[in-house]
Amino acid sequence: MTDTISPKKGVPVWAQVLIWGGLLGLLALVAIGLVRAQRPMLIVGAQVPDFTLPLYEGYDYGGAEEIALSDLRGRVVVVNFWASWCKPCEGEAADLEAAWRLYQPGGEVVFLGVDYVDTEPDARSYLAKFDITYPNGPDMGTEISRIFNRNLGVPETYFIDRSGILRYIKIGPFVSPEEIQAVIEAILLEG
Amino acid sequence: MKFARLGLLAFLSLVFASLFLSAGPAPAVLAQQPTPADDEVNAIAQELFCPVCENVPLDVCPTEACRQWRELIRQMLAEGKSEEEIQQYFVENYGARVLSEPPREGINWLVYVVPPLAFLGGAYLLFRAFRTWQRLAREPEAEAGSGSAPAAPPEDEYAARFEAELKKRK
Repeated sequence: MTDTISPKKGVPVWAQVLIWGGLLGLLALVAIGLVRAQRPMLIVGAQVPDFTLPLYEGYDYGGAEEIALSDLRGRVVVVNFWASWCKPCEGEAADLEAAWRLYQPGGEVVFLGVDYVDTEPDARSYLAKFDITYPNGPDMGTEISRIFNRNLGVPETYFIDRSGILRYIKIGPFVSPEEIQAVIEAILLEG
Repeated sequence: MKFARLGLLAFLSLVFASLFLSAGPAPAVLAQQPTPADDEVNAIAQELFCPVCENVPLDVCPTEACRQWRELIRQMLAEGKSEEEIQQYFVENYGARVLSEPPREGINWLVYVVPPLAFLGGAYLLFRAFRTWQRLAREPEAEAGSGSAPAAPPEDEYAARFEAELKKRK
């Protein structure tokens, strides 16, 4: 009866620390990802983060090949997301251009066309087809879309006031230039 | 007369020679680029994902956006661009999310490192568990074969004494 059983060997402490540390690290990463994914969309009344839109050749803004939102402080900015493959976008293209031509001489309002996941040849055909003249450019790497937390589709239009605050969101196409004009006038009146 | 004919010949030769030289080299004939086949386009498209509809490979996506993308791939192939160059163009324009495999950089490495490590760790734990189970299964057999009293856990003293008594009576 002198036999003894050797104490059971467990997983070494360093390995346990490594495993638990790794698991906790992974859980933290998943949690961060979930929090980011559930971040609320950019809401009306929020300050719009700055972004820079590279412009298509021939669609520059005062000779500049790219335009930053911060450069437009003091003006009302209309940011329209569109794509050449988007049929509803075609419905509002002429209305947007008409509204732009109405406000362009005053210089108080700037329209920006953000081309969402599109190919340049098709985008240029679209711009030419609808005789669009306001500054337009591609959403490189979909970075601008992510600022606006867009996940619904195109077209979408965001109205930003003179101090960079988001004032109105239009999901879907406009039905007339007057609809666009009404929103802009309301923002201009508020100062 | 002979000199006059020779002179005329020399003059005409000079005129033709100057005309020939002034014409310059003949314009290069541009070879018609063959249009890449659907299979070539799809070989690249299947490595990319539609940015509009989530989790749909570009080669099978029926949307107009993806049709345009496939045409763009065809155009770039016809221009002689390589698969890497085309993928790079798509990443620059539409973001890394269009890739079917995340690029091996930064935090993306976790995708490639964690699963094999977890698999190896699991295999090691299973190996250890199997060895322990094997040892536990062999110990009673070995003890029975050696004729000595089976080792009993200290807490099971009654069973050990019982086994010892049985041995004595045999």
